Amino acid sequence: MKYKKILPQFLTLLFIILIFGFFTMNAQENMDTRGIEFGFGFLSKEASFDIQFSLIDYDGSMSYGRAYLVGLLNTLLVSFIGIILSTILGAVIGVARLSPNYLINKTASFYVEFFRNVPLLLQIFFWYFAALRALPMPEDAPLIFGSSFMTIKGLYTPAPIWNNLDVFMIALIVAMIVIYFFNKFAKRKQEEEGKQYPKFLISLGIFVILPALTFFVGGVDVIWSFPELKQLAKTSFTYEGGLGIPPELIALTLALTLYTATFIAENVRAGIQGIGKGQKEAAASIGLTPGQVLKLVVLPQALRIIIPPTTNQYLNLTKNSSLAAAIAYPDLVLVFAGTAMMQTGRAIEIVGITMATYLTISLTISLFMNWYNKRIAIQEK
Amino acid sequence: MPSFVSFFTPLIFGMIGLHFIRIEFSGIKFLDELNKNINTSNFNAALSISIIILIIFSVAPLLNWFILDATFFGDSKEACTGSGACWVYIKTWFNRFMYGMYPNAEQWRVNATFIIVLGLMAAGYFFPLKYKKYLTFYYVILLPIISFLLIYYLISGGEFGLEWVETGAWGGLSLTFIVSFFSLIFCFPIGMMLALGRRSDLAVVKYSSLSFIEFWRGVPLITVLFMSAVMFPMFLPDGTYVDKLIRVIVAITLFEAAYTAEVIRGGLQALPRGQYDAAKSLGMGYWRLHLLVILPQALKLVIPGIANTFLALVKDTPLIFVVGLLELVGMLNLAKTNPKWLGFSMEGYVFAGIIFWIICYSMSKYSQKLELKFKTDR
Repeated sequence: MKYKKILPQFLTLLFIILIFGFFTMNAQENMDTRGIEFGFGFLSKEASFDIQFSLIDYDGSMSYGRAYLVGLLNTLLVSFIGIILSTILGAVIGVARLSPNYLINKTASFYVEFFRNVPLLLQIFFWYFAALRALPMPEDAPLIFGSSFMTIKGLYTPAPIWNNLDVFMIALIVAMIVIYFFNKFAKRKQEEEGKQYPKFLISLGIFVILPALTFFVGGVDVIWSFPELKQLAKTSFTYEGGLGIPPELIALTLALTLYTATFIAENVRAGIQGIGKGQKEAAASIGLTPGQVLKLVVLPQALRIIIPPTTNQYLNLTKNSSLAAAIAYPDLVLVFAGTAMMQTGRAIEIVGITMATYLTISLTISLFMNWYNKRIAIQEK
Repeated sequence: MPSFVSFFTPLIFGMIGLHFIRIEFSGIKFLDELNKNINTSNFNAALSISIIILIIFSVAPLLNWFILDATFFGDSKEACTGSGACWVYIKTWFNRFMYGMYPNAEQWRVNATFIIVLGLMAAGYFFPLKYKKYLTFYYVILLPIISFLLIYYLISGGEFGLEWVETGAWGGLSLTFIVSFFSLIFCFPIGMMLALGRRSDLAVVKYSSLSFIEFWRGVPLITVLFMSAVMFPMFLPDGTYVDKLIRVIVAITLFEAAYTAEVIRGGLQALPRGQYDAAKSLGMGYWRLHLLVILPQALKLVIPGIANTFLALVKDTPLIFVVGLLELVGMLNLAKTNPKWLGFSMEGYVFAGIIFWIICYSMSKYSQKLELKFKTDR
């Protein structure tokens, strides 16, 4: 009877070892014949290529390691913006799909059915090559909100120039800590004495007032730098100053947001529908107002249903941001698995690092979400 | 007149109007329906009117662009003089969008293959009742082999007097179908094995399946395709060459198999323990237990999940452009850069969007129908 347990395991192990052994042997041989040595030493060599858009200082004289960092930060940037925007849009659409209003309901389901059945890559191409290319040239661009310009070369908005930014940031962090302790205090008070504070309003007040105080006390100052038209050549114009957001980032964010929001909307809808009618009626019968019913009864339960699949969508969004390579937004895949690999020819190391990076991001997000999920899960007695 | 007036004036008047006709019960059927559906409160009325105004504003330009101002006839760029869409572009490039660089004279071979494969797939419905039990065998083993042979001999050619067409020339929508068809057929059995492996009691089997699944689920498809294009050749003995298309199909299959495995695992977990115990008490072994009792029930449960995975697969196929295979979206990008046809990217993307939408939407509707059909009370 025992061999029945050992034999399949042994065969699986043998199979895995054989495959890996075969691949490693061949890789060794191939690299020997081409005179490449496996190793990560190339990361500290000079990259000698430029990157269009980067969050940290970068130029061609810096190392491949630095280029990797630029790509990684760009990936994280677009994922972060995408996650926030798609959550907001998804929640709104999800609630709209449950609306008793026929028109709102149908518009929301039209949106969902439309955007999720078209390949994401096609949507990215559409926004980048078709929609954003129809924007005016810099010299003809109209003013939006009196300060920004939407042009074919990107969106130019005013940029804040901070004095003593660190003081402001510290104030923000302090505000968050104060809010955390205040909420703890308020919860204890409510449990002990049944006394309720307007928690949300007070929290918001702390969050706004404390950082705002630093403008008067801490010497914090903001000067806005506005974009200004500048002539480069006879027919070539650009904007200087302000914050220039490249069209690649806009197209990618738009497509990722619109696509992922459809899935999040479905999750939100399923979550709210998953709450039995009896829950709402029971809550109303003990005298809770509709707002309280939503806040204290429906949302905490709906979130339990919504969060696990939505985490998956966040992961998908992060992984889908790699499609950036198709429209030359300098993300991890384009910078590292594209340009850097062409230049160094180190396929195994570079593809390995890229995959390992995505794996790390995915596992980190899912670990964090598992932890959060456990925290809000029903504690059965 | 400033543009915002044309939005806010009807909004305000409409809201006032709807406010006055908001009556509990009037006896007029139309009015009651209106009140119930779009006019329950002031807020709802405002939203309804905004949507109606937006629809009115957007329908006219869209209609103009799509049909009224569009050019349908002609055969060169010069024919497109209107301000609307230039469907001549799609008409001229239609063969390229459908068949890629496949020689025009040979395209009947692609069509014939697809018709035969579709016919064989449909044939399962007309099996005599006596042979129904071989249906799974037919779909899982026989059909893939036949389709592979068909594609190998008919589309690729090189024998029986047919001209050989290299896979680099395949493309367009037919390539989308070929890639998704094969990945779909192969990822299902692999995913099933992985799902069973992950729930196995044997530690080695369990953890190797687990790490396989988590690995593929943790990386984006584009890096997997990069791997198949540039890293995989390094892992093969020097001089061996595996066709690019086969490498891509293997990559997509392994990638989607991991997702399928997770979906099937969900179904396996949803079955009550009693099913396992009952089957075991009848003296069934591992394979008989799973094939006869567990999997038929579990697979029914996961039809929507599997359909979603397949939908994702179809929507992922355009990504194969990174290894230089040009299916529909790739062909669009190629056509867009043709100097004779500059400036028609919008038409191309709209066309491809409509095609993909029809494919994906009908697939999702079909899966919903299947879900209802297989819904059994347990």
